[in-house]
Amino acid sequence: MIPLSHVLALSMILFILGIAGFIIRRNVVTVFMCIELMLNAVNLALIGFARYQPSLDGQLFVFFVIVVAAAEAAVGLAIIVALYRNRGSLSIDEVDSMKL
Amino acid sequence: MMAFQSVDTIRILPEIILSAFAILVMVLEPWVAARKSALGWLSLAGVIAAALATLKTAGSPGLAFGGSVSADGFSLFFVDLFLAIAALCLLGSIHYLERDRVHHGEYYALILLATVGACFMAASTDLIMIFIGLEISSISTYILAGFKRQELASNEASLKYFLLGSFATAFFLYGVALVYGLTGTTNLLRLREQAGGSPGAALAALALILMFVGLAFKVSSAPFQVWTPDVYQGAPAPVTAFLSTAPKAAAFAVLLRIFAGSLAGSGPVSFWVLWISAVLTMTVGNLAAIWQSNVKRLLAYSSIAHAGYVLVGITAGGAEGVSSVLFYLAGYALMNVGAFILVAHLAGRGERRVDVADYTALAAARPSAAALLTVFLVSLAGFPGTVGFFAKFYVFRAAVHAHLIGLVTIALLNSVVSVYYYLKIVVAMYMGEGETGVSAAAMPNALRAAVVLSVAGIFYLGLYPAPLLAALARIPKPGL
Repeated sequence: MIPLSHVLALSMILFILGIAGFIIRRNVVTVFMCIELMLNAVNLALIGFARYQPSLDGQLFVFFVIVVAAAEAAVGLAIIVALYRNRGSLSIDEVDSMKL
Repeated sequence: MMAFQSVDTIRILPEIILSAFAILVMVLEPWVAARKSALGWLSLAGVIAAALATLKTAGSPGLAFGGSVSADGFSLFFVDLFLAIAALCLLGSIHYLERDRVHHGEYYALILLATVGACFMAASTDLIMIFIGLEISSISTYILAGFKRQELASNEASLKYFLLGSFATAFFLYGVALVYGLTGTTNLLRLREQAGGSPGAALAALALILMFVGLAFKVSSAPFQVWTPDVYQGAPAPVTAFLSTAPKAAAFAVLLRIFAGSLAGSGPVSFWVLWISAVLTMTVGNLAAIWQSNVKRLLAYSSIAHAGYVLVGITAGGAEGVSSVLFYLAGYALMNVGAFILVAHLAGRGERRVDVADYTALAAARPSAAALLTVFLVSLAGFPGTVGFFAKFYVFRAAVHAHLIGLVTIALLNSVVSVYYYLKIVVAMYMGEGETGVSAAAMPNALRAAVVLSVAGIFYLGLYPAPLLAALARIPKPGL
């Protein structure tokens, strides 16, 4: 059986990669994918924990997270399409019509 | 497994009614193409029905659905608060949507669903259920922020809110996963029982901080407030009225349940996290607001500052601190919703008139509008006679009783600074010379009703705060 520490380490690495990508990447769709990566890192941690708990709650939560992530993706992509229609660009640096 | 009981449905009856009305609005939308405002009134009827349902819920308090939702005084207070916010926003939206030609039935359905999500956040006693409520309210408000989809500013507001909102949610969720891993449960009540045990301290602190970061985004506390000004400025103003109050109050409810309730034993970590975040939030909000020339943006920074005052109350903790926070949130909702829907009206078609300069000499041209806006602004500034004064007073008093003298001193200095930028608008309205730039359209009746109701609430709570405060003191607080 894979030790919990391995699962957690992988999950942390994925989560941090997601954060780094969110901050560094300049394309809106890629930034959005980084958020999905973070959510899946959470899923991995939940499944890892669930194997070492008497209850299966953790695996159940993963389904909730997947459903919510799907709903979020639907809305998020719609927002990105609306922005692209108006601006014709997906670069996050150009999303700055409001002054600081 | 817990068997399903009919009393469970009574304990979430307001949420069920709101959801049913939201679906009804969506179903009816294609058939009322000519008169979309009917859907607005239908939604308002739904909100009133849900408010009546809270009376029934209050009659049978307790846990529902295997202990994941709690119908107690605390959650019912928040449900009533969200319903009031939703009702005021709906009244303020109907003519706004017509004027700006974005009148679609989905708007009303989304407001109702966002309210449902906020209600579940406040009522849930299980971290996973809190997460679901958070997402129901967030996803609805992402769409609402971008409701003017032909407008670039609205697109951008929506995108920023969506990206940073889901980023924050991921943090919150990771914290939840760690709590589950450490304790084997996500139920806040069971967590409280286990608090005596000693889980891995480092991981527990990490879990706490991750959850705090997630919620700090939602309440726009510094340094996680960067999205707030852009989103509040770009979103349609009645939506901003909703955004700046309901989801924020819901996130505060969760903060109270987690920090004042279940994980209160976590000691110095959570205390200092709250202390620092309160100071940063107040100071950043107030100092940035001074330089703003756009009224919506100014109010956005002001709402950040107000989140800081609320955090002072949460830092104080205890029964008194929690009561003062609840009072603050109620007062804040009245003045902020009122201010934003009035600004939405004065901004005119397409919301073009939102500069402080546009408000020059408003009092001469539109005395009643100027007087109403002045009430909201002086209440936000915390002048005696308005609810803003007692809201601040109780929060600061709770902090003094908790021996947080340094924190209260900083908060008082901040309140003094805030007077400047609120009065800047008032001075422009009453003493400025020249032509006023804002819309000259007469106030529609629905909007007038909403604004007058908020003003009445501000004065009532500002002159007779005792009844509400006594009622709040009787509410059993989570974890106390």
